Amino acid sequence: MTTSPFPILIIVVPLISAFLVPVIGWWRKGLCYPLVIGALSLSVFSSIFILRMVMGQGTIHYYLGNWAPPWGIEYVIDHLNAFVAIIVSVISLIIAIGSKRNVEQELPEKIVYFYCLFLLHVTGLLGIVVTGDMFNLYVFLEIASLAGYALIAIGEDGAPFASFNYMIYGTIGACFYLLSVGYLYVVTGSLNMGDLSQILPDLYHSKVVLMAFAFFIVGVGLKMALFPLHVWLPDAYTYAPSAVTALVAPLMTKVGAYVMIRIVFTVFKPYFSLELIPATAILSWVAIVAILFGCILALGQTDLKRMLAYVLIAEVGYITLGVGLANRAGLTGAILHILNDALMMAGLFLVVGAIVYKGGLRNIHQLRWLHRKMPITMAAFTVTALSVIGIPPTCGFFSKWYLVLGAINANRWLFAAILLISSLLNAILFFRVIENVYFEPARYAHNGGIHEETSRDEAPLSMLIPILVVAAGILSLGILSGEIVSNIIRFAVPGDL
Amino acid sequence: MEVVPSIRPLLAIAVSALAAFLILLTGERRRNMRELWTILASLTKFSIVASMIPTLLAGKVIECTIISLSPGIALQFRVDAFGIFFATLASVLWIATSIYSIGYMRGLKAHAQTRYFFCFAFALNGALGVAFAGNLLTLFIFYEILTIATFPLVAHKETPEAIRGGRKYLAYLLTGAALVFFSMGLTYHLTGTLDFVGGGFLRGHGSNSILRLLFATFILGFGTKAALMPIHEWLPTAMVAPTPVSALLHAVAVVKAGVFCVLRVVLYVFGPQLLSDLNLWLILAYFAAFTVIVSGMLALAQDNLKRRLAFSTINNLAIIIMGAALLSPSAITGGIFHIAGHGFMKITLFFVAGAISVKTHKENVSELDGIGRMMPLTMGSFAIGAMGIAGTPPLVGFISKWYLCLGSLEAKEIVFLFVLLTSALLDIAYFFPIIYRSFFNRPKEQGNSGFNEASMLMVIPLTVCAIISIILGIAPDAFFHFFQVATLAAKSILGIG
Amino acid sequence: MEFILTKYHYWIYIVLMMIGFYAMIGKRNLVKKIVGMNIFQTAIILYFISTGAKRGATIPIVEHGQGGAMHAIHAVHYVNPLPHVLMLTAIVVMVSTFGVALALIIMLYRRYKTLEEDEILELRK
Repeated sequence: MTTSPFPILIIVVPLISAFLVPVIGWWRKGLCYPLVIGALSLSVFSSIFILRMVMGQGTIHYYLGNWAPPWGIEYVIDHLNAFVAIIVSVISLIIAIGSKRNVEQELPEKIVYFYCLFLLHVTGLLGIVVTGDMFNLYVFLEIASLAGYALIAIGEDGAPFASFNYMIYGTIGACFYLLSVGYLYVVTGSLNMGDLSQILPDLYHSKVVLMAFAFFIVGVGLKMALFPLHVWLPDAYTYAPSAVTALVAPLMTKVGAYVMIRIVFTVFKPYFSLELIPATAILSWVAIVAILFGCILALGQTDLKRMLAYVLIAEVGYITLGVGLANRAGLTGAILHILNDALMMAGLFLVVGAIVYKGGLRNIHQLRWLHRKMPITMAAFTVTALSVIGIPPTCGFFSKWYLVLGAINANRWLFAAILLISSLLNAILFFRVIENVYFEPARYAHNGGIHEETSRDEAPLSMLIPILVVAAGILSLGILSGEIVSNIIRFAVPGDL
Repeated sequence: MEVVPSIRPLLAIAVSALAAFLILLTGERRRNMRELWTILASLTKFSIVASMIPTLLAGKVIECTIISLSPGIALQFRVDAFGIFFATLASVLWIATSIYSIGYMRGLKAHAQTRYFFCFAFALNGALGVAFAGNLLTLFIFYEILTIATFPLVAHKETPEAIRGGRKYLAYLLTGAALVFFSMGLTYHLTGTLDFVGGGFLRGHGSNSILRLLFATFILGFGTKAALMPIHEWLPTAMVAPTPVSALLHAVAVVKAGVFCVLRVVLYVFGPQLLSDLNLWLILAYFAAFTVIVSGMLALAQDNLKRRLAFSTINNLAIIIMGAALLSPSAITGGIFHIAGHGFMKITLFFVAGAISVKTHKENVSELDGIGRMMPLTMGSFAIGAMGIAGTPPLVGFISKWYLCLGSLEAKEIVFLFVLLTSALLDIAYFFPIIYRSFFNRPKEQGNSGFNEASMLMVIPLTVCAIISIILGIAPDAFFHFFQVATLAAKSILGIG
Repeated sequence: MEFILTKYHYWIYIVLMMIGFYAMIGKRNLVKKIVGMNIFQTAIILYFISTGAKRGATIPIVEHGQGGAMHAIHAVHYVNPLPHVLMLTAIVVMVSTFGVALALIIMLYRRYKTLEEDEILELRK
């Protein structure tokens, strides 16, 4: 067992900076942004360092305040959370850089508070990831969510109402989670995840444990917008400011998915949800409906942002499907998809941010000429869209590959078929947008439409570089996915699957 | 079999990807430089491919493993006789098409030429990747790259009709790809490997009914690209594309890649032994024979020259598949050789169609009266190509048909001999009226009926292709060793020598 | 009957929880929703606290405990402090959620001059 201070560093740095931001912002506004970038970069460095340590020496433990578990709060980092921590910290850094101009344009008055909440949100997400304590997880979940509500509420016209709805649903989810933590505590007397997984197997036939599990799934399902608990998501993510959607959409649902994997496969032994109760089977059916529902509803949207929100619901379905298949390939796909989907959503919403920044409209029928106005951004959008569809060699293909493999291994051929149908639906969805962006049908020209040459008006470099980094990541991580799976994810999947 | 590790396959593929980006960077303003990249890349590509032929002829295999993609599957290029055969064909014809494209696109003053050349280079990247792929996953990656890169080419004109053609193309091919995806997963599930083995690797895995299902999904999947009969509809519709695209991609790279993949699956995944155990070869052969006859008849009914050529393509592709399905040494040799033979002849025909449409804006057979007097070189080449396709000695078409006929006798299935002869008659029936009209009918409108060829950039490539198809008919091993390589491939599949 | 009576405190929390839950989902007035939210959260807090309760037990402080040090060193003699500690945190979370909710309601009221969900939806059309 190794102990190291790095787990706490990942969270403490953004947390302290979150409180420093208003102080410094009160003195000089321009210093907020460098502070945020500095804090997030430190988080990135420490999470990369931790991943290297985990890969070298195995699981890392850190005892908060030197209280040994199960009394004290313990931070446990294994391959799974080291992996998710890197995703969260890197994506949030990228988003922080990429959305700077958006923030300055959309929220000029509120930069200071925005960055404070931004850091709090990231702190919450990172905390959820590194902690090994059930109650601590609840606290971080609420930190992330509260910051999220506030961030969403500063958006356009419908935002406060959407945020209010999100808050109601989010609170129900959090309360359910808390309730199930209470149930587990009553029967085991422990809150430590490792401890719980030791004690629980003897109690698997208790009704209390069963209820706790059910409340967990519903609570986390609400937080990660798993169909049919997704109702809050489309409005909230559509009306939020571009910078906020770009931050919240890739990360919040993915971290929720991480919590689900943690609970189903670490806190409870896999055979509990696999053999004792048909939980994974139910989850996989729910996930299948989520995938179809998300894709089909996305087809009906004309607002690009709202369309992407529905795509996100489908993507959450993919991850849940991997969890529900509960075999090695399926879970590998789910974990890989956490990475891939975080990248894809970050890329897509950054592009939306860039379009909005340049005064573009979000209606997909009004994207014409954009390939002349913003060729590089649109190229990145195309790459990302191809990844969502699942065209190799982008990374989206590879998580689908593992998911399809998992479905076939589990003898669920219908699921494999639905996965493939959903990628066809995604193809319709995104090629509709791509067509609008790249093709200039002649019929508009002689209808008295606009035919003037659109001059090039590319997004500023501070947006372009993050977008390109994400696009490059999408391309290269696909090819590198074999390495990621064999070096990290292989160890993150429980051995008895 | 001796394996030579070498990076050349990767280089051959990467050349056009690199060229694609140079083309994009150079842009419309420096169009001569942009075209220079295309020509340079096509020459380099061909020389790299050609440099591999001697190694192959010595009975060795070139291998290049890049990175592991998934447990047991690597991104691997493995150049065997069959692969080099297709690669040589594609890279030779790319040179011809590059020159022709420049003449064609400039002749029509087409828009978005940079995008056109970019996608073209990228499509070649996909085609070579398909040729060199050492396993199904690598093959699928490049197969999809090819599909996506061709979409903007099909819809290039951006008229509503072209966009509809593009959509249809995508709908068919992505659905096919989804089926392939599924079959690939199932294959991996059954065997734990995806590496091609001459003679197949599926034997002894899975029950007969599963293997039959797998065969059906594979053939339907790759069959969309190979335009087998019930799923061929996209090919005639895609003829809205600019002619060089139709020529290279629809007579050579795209559809031939489809045929190539079908043959890979039939001969290298399932293998002759398994197919005859399950009696699947006969079903496939009848399926192909049905396509041969029906598409030949449908070609008779087309007035649009390019659509007529498209149906003729469907006809010939089915002949190749039929040859491979017969599983006798001569039939396989003939089928593989026909990939090259048909490539040279059909590209000549498409080039002619393009030259006519650039020069006279005529696209229908009924308008071609007397065009042979105006463009004797062009129409002369057309006559050579058409006679070759019908199987007239001493043209290249005769050789492949001769071997196919021998093969159907070897397989003791006389039906297919009749199918081949009927199709030859049909070929004559739909091509000879064109030749007759253009040389012996008087032009309907008066005017300049004197010598008036299209630009030399177009005429030279098409004459050269016609001449090559004569030379290959007399000496099938001239220049590229096509026949020798085809025999080598057939032997390695059947395990002789 | 005995089942209900011996566990009566749990039943009270469940009833409270359901009242809160109903108000959050069913009520159309935003303030009522928040009130429901509070009831819901309080019920959970009560539940947690009651799990630590013990008849006749003292606080878990060794030196100043009621009856001196001898009681508090045996687990049967003192209440489990952990749920209380947890709930202190949960109350903080609850209060901050409440604060955010009130802030949102003020924003909504300024914008729409109403707190009825139906009317807001009507206005937003």
